[in-house]
Amino acid sequence: MRIGVPREIHGGEQRVATTPDVATQLIKLGYDVAVESQVGAAANYSDYAYKAAGCEITTADNIWSKSQIILKVRAPENGETEKLSAGQTLISFLWPAQNPELVKELTDRGVTAMAMDSVPRISRAQKMDALSSMANIAGYRAIVEAAQHFGRFFTGQITAAGKVPPAIVMVIGAGVAGLAAIGAAKSMGAIVRAFDTRPEVKEQVESMDADFLMLDFEDDEDGLGEGGYAKIMSKEFIDAEMALFREQAKEVDIIITTALIPGRPAPKLIMADMVHSMKDGSVVVDLAAEQGGNCELTEADKVVKTENGVSIIGYTDLPSRMAAQASQLYATNLRHLLTDMTPEKDGNIVNSFDDEVVRGATVCKDGEITYPPPAPKLSAAPKKAEPAPAPVVVKEKPSVMGPVISMIVGGLALLGLGAVAPESFMAHFTVFVLACFVGYMVIWNVSPALHTPLMSVTNAISSIIVIGALLQISAANATIMWIAAATVLLTSINIAGGFAVTHRMLEMFRR
Amino acid sequence: MSQGIVTVSYIIATILFILALGGLSNQETARRGNWYGIIGMTIALLATILGVVERHYEILLVALLIGGSIGVILARRVQMTQMPELVAVLHSLVGAAAVAVGYASFMDPGRLSHFTGAELTIHDIETYLGILIGAVTFSGSVIAFGKLSGRIGGKPLTLPGRHFFNLGLLLGAIWFGREFVLQSAAGSGMEPLIIMTVIALLFGIHMVVAIGGADMPVVVSMLNSYSGWAASATGFMLGNDLLIVTGALVGSSGAILSYIMCRAMNRKFIAVIAGGFGTGGGISASSGSDEDQGEVVPIDAHETAALLAGAKEVMIIPGYGMAVAQAQHTVYEITKALRAKKINVRFGIHPVAGRMPGHMNVLLAEAKVPYDIVFEMDEINADFLEVDVSIVIGANDIVNPSALTDPDSPIAGMPVLECWKGKASIVLKRSMATGYAGVQNPLFFKDNTRMLFGDAKETLDEVLKAL
Repeated sequence: MRIGVPREIHGGEQRVATTPDVATQLIKLGYDVAVESQVGAAANYSDYAYKAAGCEITTADNIWSKSQIILKVRAPENGETEKLSAGQTLISFLWPAQNPELVKELTDRGVTAMAMDSVPRISRAQKMDALSSMANIAGYRAIVEAAQHFGRFFTGQITAAGKVPPAIVMVIGAGVAGLAAIGAAKSMGAIVRAFDTRPEVKEQVESMDADFLMLDFEDDEDGLGEGGYAKIMSKEFIDAEMALFREQAKEVDIIITTALIPGRPAPKLIMADMVHSMKDGSVVVDLAAEQGGNCELTEADKVVKTENGVSIIGYTDLPSRMAAQASQLYATNLRHLLTDMTPEKDGNIVNSFDDEVVRGATVCKDGEITYPPPAPKLSAAPKKAEPAPAPVVVKEKPSVMGPVISMIVGGLALLGLGAVAPESFMAHFTVFVLACFVGYMVIWNVSPALHTPLMSVTNAISSIIVIGALLQISAANATIMWIAAATVLLTSINIAGGFAVTHRMLEMFRR
Repeated sequence: MSQGIVTVSYIIATILFILALGGLSNQETARRGNWYGIIGMTIALLATILGVVERHYEILLVALLIGGSIGVILARRVQMTQMPELVAVLHSLVGAAAVAVGYASFMDPGRLSHFTGAELTIHDIETYLGILIGAVTFSGSVIAFGKLSGRIGGKPLTLPGRHFFNLGLLLGAIWFGREFVLQSAAGSGMEPLIIMTVIALLFGIHMVVAIGGADMPVVVSMLNSYSGWAASATGFMLGNDLLIVTGALVGSSGAILSYIMCRAMNRKFIAVIAGGFGTGGGISASSGSDEDQGEVVPIDAHETAALLAGAKEVMIIPGYGMAVAQAQHTVYEITKALRAKKINVRFGIHPVAGRMPGHMNVLLAEAKVPYDIVFEMDEINADFLEVDVSIVIGANDIVNPSALTDPDSPIAGMPVLECWKGKASIVLKRSMATGYAGVQNPLFFKDNTRMLFGDAKETLDEVLKAL
């Protein structure tokens, strides 16, 4: 089958749906890959690199008409849909919930359409989760944009020319984008505070060495909705949240907002009065600008400068501003999806609804709308923390009676032995018991690392049994003599072998 | 040479043997300890040859030379991964020697004139015990060798009614012992002795055949112990204190090792000996193992290398798989590469990792891993919280969290290396097969675990290249 990758026609879109690296891997899966001329130019991937990876460089018309599979970043627009025909598979971001007409049109044309934004959030599908890949880049880029508009250092310094205070960054919404922003800000040296309505992300925030802002709120309301996303909160909760942000706005230099609720306009969290209370030169980066913005003053795709000198950045194309990286990650997400859909590695795509991921992503197939899919079985968020399992290993209390009884029995046995055994035996027996005791004391001190040498050396010295054979070798009886000789032979293997191998091993133990 | 000097030599040899074992308490004194052992053995041999042996010197020397050469060649040739097999073979020789000395002693016509009455009875019992223990050691070690070298399957063979079979063999041995003592006083007794030897050989075979692969460290150390007791029993028979003491030292050493191994698996010694562990299926089908554990997340060598290069604290947990793949040298190359990047690399060793006590330490020492970065489980388990990446190489049961969390698990209560408490674990495995205990390992399904499938040596070579 042929995979076609046309150039993105959306204004300002710089990403591309496959990179030369990924194309190589798709070809390994058995596909032919064709790309439109200059497809990756904006993302710094040259036609030459695609060609070197084994792609065919061709025209847009050729791609739309002759490829069985079309890979794109943005949903089709401006007549692209018309170029699709029955039997083709389109994989791109589609946002089916927001674009019902598009879905209908694709369905009517008999196209199989898969939305990368609808890949279910289950563990197995993490490698295909393009939303997370893009959110990660957006979070990072948000800090870079903030740094550009912020006229000061992120990190604190004491210099000869005076002290530079560190920037304080507040991140609202600790999802993938929020965490990426925390990481980027932190690594530039800023003090980072983060807030999220889902209390279980506190741990993740703290693991990135940021402070988690706690809400002074009694009711243990929990903002975790289905699929690991946030949900709408109660009025009381929002009031408490607002009070917190109002307080923080006066202190912090940079606010990054990433609060989104799936399928709804972004919640308004940063009100105009909060922006006005911020210091001159502060920056707000609103990652929710496309959905209306978390900040009241945000304008999509623009940087707004307020009267008091606060920049409000409303870019909606942050991933596209890091096109090379974004393309690579997105293309890899696509590649993982295609790998799962190409079980035979023969270049033939199999759209099987038995696969939960494929089912979830497929928006329409065979002229029927298949969106929305049945609810996912598993939530991406861990189940409610189960109470830590009680330690199972119950140490048995050592019974005092056990050793006492065994000592009494042992003592009686010894007495019984002493009563019947002759003098000569008891002398040897004394030696035996003492030797056992010495062995016991000595062996416990042996370092566990030397247990193998211990075994080989004890093996060597246990061949002291050769003494027995030596005593017998002088016997007049030929049978006994030969048995003894054989024994000497066997044990001397043991003596030499045991000591030699111990020596060899111990030579290796060097600091 | 007078009897007095021989005795003094024996005392010196005894002390040297004790010092040899004492020297093993740490790596610095260990080599000196081995020399004490060699000197002690030389003194004992010289004193006996010069002071006690009266004739047949030439046969004796030829036997010593041939045997010694074979021993040295064996020791030079053996691969460190095959140490368990070698140790098992050497144990079988001690067992065989004890049997031979016992028979020779019994055939000595001077026996009846030396001993009378109760002394004769005791002497006969000593002979009988020496041969019994020797024979069990011999056949047990041979089977252990077969299992360790893969010539016999590692799965335990569990005959129906095997406990009764063992009990029958034991009763038989006791009854023939009685017969032997009675007949011996009358001048005969060879027949019961031979029958008992056969019984003992059967017992040794049956005992080791029934023990699963994961319990091999216990078996090897137990046979080590038996070889000591065999020497001790022979010492009683010959009235020789040097043999008694040395045998007792070795016997208690092996017994303590067995105890340590059993404790490391949280199992009773009797339960190990009774065998049948690691049969898979039957016992492990209990709670939770059948339910969907989730998805494992695979990783490739390049990602592994990247993960390692980005870490600050790395813990390497080797298991038998590393020995099988002979990957210890590559492991050390990786360790060196990481240490050059100022990454703190440590090794965590579980006491029963491998097929013999201390097996992993020897392999790592062979690869020249400095022993001050190799730690025991107890030393290191608390440190996992700070570990960024743990690499589990061919180990399974010793890193199984269900030992702590699932009271129905066959390995419940066994202390394990708690690598899942670290930030990430990478498990190198050939496939998703279960370990010797036949228990599924929830570690593989944890969010912070990545699976690197393939032969340990090959995949680690790739990781090294990527580093």
